[in-house]
Amino acid sequence: MQMASAKCVGLRRQGGVVNVIMITVALLFMVLFLLLPLITVFAQAFAGGISGYVASIVDPNTLSAIWLTLIVAAVALVVNVVFGLAASWCLARFRFPGRLALLTVLDLPFSVSPVVAGLMLVLLYGRQGWLGPWLEAHNLKIIFALPGMMIATIFVTLPFIARELIPLMEEQGADEEEAAILLGASGWQMFWRITIPKLRWGLLYGVLLSNARAMGEFGAVSVVSGNILGLTDTMSLDVKALYDGYNIVGSFAVASLLASLALVTLIAKTVLERQFLGRSTKEEVSA
Amino acid sequence: MSLADSKPGPGLDLGLGWLRRGRTRRHILPGLGLSLGITLFVLSLIVFLPTAAMVGDAATLGVGGLIRLLATSRVLGAFKVSLGCAALAALTSAVFGLLIAWVLVRTRFPFRRLADAMVDLPFALPTSVAGIALSTLYAPNGWLGSWLAPYGIRVSFTVIGVYVALTFVGLPFVVRSVQPVLQDLEAEQEEAAHMLGAGRLQIFSRVIFPAILPSLTAGFAMAFARGLGEYGSVIFISSNKPGVSEIVPLLIVNELEQFDFAGAAAIGTLMLVLSLVILCVIMLLQRLVRSSRHG
Repeated sequence: MQMASAKCVGLRRQGGVVNVIMITVALLFMVLFLLLPLITVFAQAFAGGISGYVASIVDPNTLSAIWLTLIVAAVALVVNVVFGLAASWCLARFRFPGRLALLTVLDLPFSVSPVVAGLMLVLLYGRQGWLGPWLEAHNLKIIFALPGMMIATIFVTLPFIARELIPLMEEQGADEEEAAILLGASGWQMFWRITIPKLRWGLLYGVLLSNARAMGEFGAVSVVSGNILGLTDTMSLDVKALYDGYNIVGSFAVASLLASLALVTLIAKTVLERQFLGRSTKEEVSA
Repeated sequence: MSLADSKPGPGLDLGLGWLRRGRTRRHILPGLGLSLGITLFVLSLIVFLPTAAMVGDAATLGVGGLIRLLATSRVLGAFKVSLGCAALAALTSAVFGLLIAWVLVRTRFPFRRLADAMVDLPFALPTSVAGIALSTLYAPNGWLGSWLAPYGIRVSFTVIGVYVALTFVGLPFVVRSVQPVLQDLEAEQEEAAHMLGAGRLQIFSRVIFPAILPSLTAGFAMAFARGLGEYGSVIFISSNKPGVSEIVPLLIVNELEQFDFAGAAAIGTLMLVLSLVILCVIMLLQRLVRSSRHG
């Protein structure tokens, strides 16, 4: 640590001008590519004054989009937590044939295009899809309806929690859990009293990231939603619907809500990383 | 970013290490059956079966049909736009991402932590929001577009817009991939090089750059993969003209809207294969990064 800071000072002195130029270029790039788009969202949202902004938000279509977004995100959250805990438990605590293949598959939703994800769901659950006749016979509608949007959202957010928990579990080791079992605890006792408390901050971190993506997902959901205004519009789809209808203020008003969610997520993420997951401190010590 | 962090490698998982370690653990800890069951059930409904449906639908075209479809000028054009823009954007992200990571790790300036947190904005901002914001910003009457218009540069509603949007979404991947490696670099080598009379540029190109190259390449690959599949932020800023600025994901949506399911499935399958290849490259690179970081 001491040496690192000494070196920093040394290098900084050595190339003061170069550093200033590098910092300037880096910040300029960040302002142009990150900050200005963000400011644009809020500037455009308030282009019609506060009253225009409020009117856009309390519009019945917008309110129903907000409501729908919350429902979809809540369902995705429950599935993601259960799946994330199950997947990380079997993948981090056990070794079995095919484990590595499962780990790779777990990454797939991150690397495949959201549109391809939506397409796959349409081809399976849609009317002409493989399960289409069976679903129709049982009067179940998935594509162009709420369940499809939920499944699409779950697809794109599935890896977040497991990917957070697997390294954490492996780092923590299984000693305490093994001790609990050896001392006679039941599986669920061990799970609730040891596993969950040890994982809680990592779990919260994963929930945070997956929720941000769930509420903002566009590509996959737009393919399976059918875009029936007020019926199957989430906020992020509403942004496009309003924008395409030349309601720019309305579109940016909804966008500003999503941007605020993104900012809250970034702040909470930073706090979690620094306070509870000890990431930056650990990195600084090892630097 | 990293999976199976503390594992020495794939060989041990399937070989002796699995037998030796698995045997003691498996008997003590409960829940393998339940947790693996839930995992496989969810993955089947959401990933495996849908993938099978897409690949199966694509297969109905047959090899000849597939080649004929993929060789049409519209499909080729879309792949050219997507691959070209994603590569250029990932390259831009790599250059500026490296610079940003460097500045965040190696220098001190006001609001550094704020800047650090801002890097993740493209991860957190929904793509449709990014799309309308970038489109408005670079429109001929927008804040940045009106600056560029006198020079005859149009960004929004051209293929340059696609490049700008993809650079936006790709940037955090490079920064977050390079940053930890840069943080971990030991001072000794740089100091030794300095003592031996190397200049700053030499230290960077001979000592630092080789050490961060795998992570930089991994970041580039992740940005490229993301750019290839990106849809939401692009469709607003692009003119979406077939063959000129139509990206592959949009082409898939268009095929789907015309009820050409087999065609959409075929293009989707090709995209899936591309993603899988890039995913494998990324995993190999990350393994390289990990072994050099811990070794």
